[in-house]
Amino acid sequence: MPAVAETLDTVRTVTGSGYKWGFETDIDMDLAPKGLDEDIVRLISRKKKEPEWLLDWRLKAFAAWRAMEEPTWAAVRYPPIDYQDAHYYAAPKPKAGPRTLDEVDPELLKTYEKLGIPLSERAALAGVAVDAVFDSVSVATTFKETLAKAGVIFCPISEAVRDHPELVRKYLGTVVPASDNFFAALNSAVFTDGSFVWIPKGVRCPMELSTYFRINARNTGQFERTLIIAEEGASVSYLEGCTAPMRDENQLHAAVVELVAMDDAKIKYSTVQNWYPGDADGKGGIYNFVTKRGACRGARSKISWTQVETGSAITWKYPSCILQGEGSVGEFYSVAVTNNHQQADTGTKMIHIGKNTSSTIVSKGISAGHSNNTYRGLVKILPKAAGARNFTQCDSLLIGDQCGAHTVPYIESRNPTAKVEHEATTSRIAEDQLFYCRQRGLTEEESVGLIVNGFCREVLAELPMEFAVEAQKLLAVSLEGSVG
Amino acid sequence: MLKIENLSARVEEKPILKGLTLSVAPGEIHAIMGPNGSGKSTLAHVLSGREGYEVTGGSATYNGVDLLALEPEERAAAGLFLAFQYPVELPGVGNANFLRTALNAIRRAHGEPELDAVQFLKLARAEMKRLAMPDDMLKRNVNVGFSGGEKKRNEILQMAVLKPSLAILDETDSGLDIDALRIVAEGVNAMRGPEFSAIVITHYQRLLDHIVPDFVHVLADGRIQRSGGPELAHELEASGYAGVLSEAEAA
Repeated sequence: MPAVAETLDTVRTVTGSGYKWGFETDIDMDLAPKGLDEDIVRLISRKKKEPEWLLDWRLKAFAAWRAMEEPTWAAVRYPPIDYQDAHYYAAPKPKAGPRTLDEVDPELLKTYEKLGIPLSERAALAGVAVDAVFDSVSVATTFKETLAKAGVIFCPISEAVRDHPELVRKYLGTVVPASDNFFAALNSAVFTDGSFVWIPKGVRCPMELSTYFRINARNTGQFERTLIIAEEGASVSYLEGCTAPMRDENQLHAAVVELVAMDDAKIKYSTVQNWYPGDADGKGGIYNFVTKRGACRGARSKISWTQVETGSAITWKYPSCILQGEGSVGEFYSVAVTNNHQQADTGTKMIHIGKNTSSTIVSKGISAGHSNNTYRGLVKILPKAAGARNFTQCDSLLIGDQCGAHTVPYIESRNPTAKVEHEATTSRIAEDQLFYCRQRGLTEEESVGLIVNGFCREVLAELPMEFAVEAQKLLAVSLEGSVG
Repeated sequence: MLKIENLSARVEEKPILKGLTLSVAPGEIHAIMGPNGSGKSTLAHVLSGREGYEVTGGSATYNGVDLLALEPEERAAAGLFLAFQYPVELPGVGNANFLRTALNAIRRAHGEPELDAVQFLKLARAEMKRLAMPDDMLKRNVNVGFSGGEKKRNEILQMAVLKPSLAILDETDSGLDIDALRIVAEGVNAMRGPEFSAIVITHYQRLLDHIVPDFVHVLADGRIQRSGGPELAHELEASGYAGVLSEAEAA
């Protein structure tokens, strides 16, 4: 059973039996007042019944955030965000949202249909399965018992704060410090939920873990915080899928993901991001400002990021690896698709600290319509990283003549034994490729889908099987109407 | 039945086809020969719907349907197949996946059920065996890294699997050694029957030794200048286009 389907199934079960995870007593309290100040931070912490240390941590982050400037170096343009004009806490009300598929926006349903999502799941995705996956409250987690047998902890981070405070306190903010950057600081101050994963020493997680995040309410920011720790010799594959309904307003999504891998541990983190990208004229859509970073602390540890980014009006995201342990390995495989007026500035940072560390970066950017797609990456080799190696490949594919593709690689090597390779290509979907496919009977859209999937194959091959199929369909849907 | 009447077309501002008339009945193989720049490939592209050509006059119908009004994929669904002179590379796209997607698109257009991977592979492998193609050809990316001969054989494999009722072979013999030429010809001959017709565009007599046409046409200056039986190809081989064409003018 695909992991996403599992999650949705579980969600349906949970929905049927009322809420299992928290908030029963606060069900009528669905929104904090708009705006952000210390009181809101305190309110969030109180709502979540957090310990004092976490409130202090949040308040420090908030103070840091207030002193920070929103970054402007990315190649994205958007009107100023009014951070006071949003709700920072939203808990679900039962029976909110549409009751039947008839009440759901037909455009959204069409998209799901094209994605081949079964009817039952379409309902869940469209929010019909009332509060199926809602804002701020973590998605129900799957197969808790099986995982518990293996000693794996997989739960909402708010639950982890309550049940495993020592672990959370030990690792939270150690990879992405509370004041790391503007959006990370904001997240640290107001994060409401996310996932917590801990894999004990020597355990290979018995199943793929997945969480389906979703923004459902209007005018809410979404600030998940995910923390994954793989102890010595442990391994885990984590999947994250994102989708959001269409809204005319822009919504802010500022997540933080921290990964920690100890000696010989392996973490594979896969994302298929399909937040609402805005309409064809660039109205609406999610602002996706995300900080994802993994620390390879142990020797021979490995962290692998795979992302397929097709959604969001703006994507600002650089999943990175700090390669500290000797012989540790970092990987970044990315497909970023922009169409219409979408803007993506995405890439990675590979920081080589330990000896004989190695990293691989494969980035495939696809731009169509009036969109702009930038790969921005840093490969940094520190003086002690003798024998470090990096291979980077950045390919851009252009569809049409109104879009832009940019590659901004930064390489800083401070060790003469390091070996850094960079390859980049930019190409266009050739008219003869399209014609070849169409002459064989494929429609123009099928042809584009096929060519684009071929272009991305190296990255898609890194995705877990069931995700790869979803991602392939998603690529085709995202580029609909981009030619002709 | 393909009926081309008085067809004229230009590329940018340059007229290429200047009133071409040709009828191809089911079961017939027509060879079109002619000097470079005479409009052979333009005819293939206009019939299959490639962009960049402007039809300025005349008509082309297939089984009574206005071919020129259809999208390229609709023409494919109507039974038209073009074996490309320069088959296109599709990096990252597996040959099997491409061919199955194409076959299913056409089956869908015909209201037939789609084939799953197992059914498709059975069918494709049988055709490959007949064409003496190695199994790994299906696993490779479409035409990427193929030799000239492999590309042309891949076109014939696609034709064998898609089973068109009208095939246009655009200089499929160019760049083929004699063994590959024989395989390609056998692929076409295997399709011959009352339901299959083909237009074979070629420069050389030698392909027509293997695919014996019912009719041979000489295309020059955008028009069919002479038509005849297989013997016309031999005449061309002997006296060249200039000789054959001056005779046409004299007549």
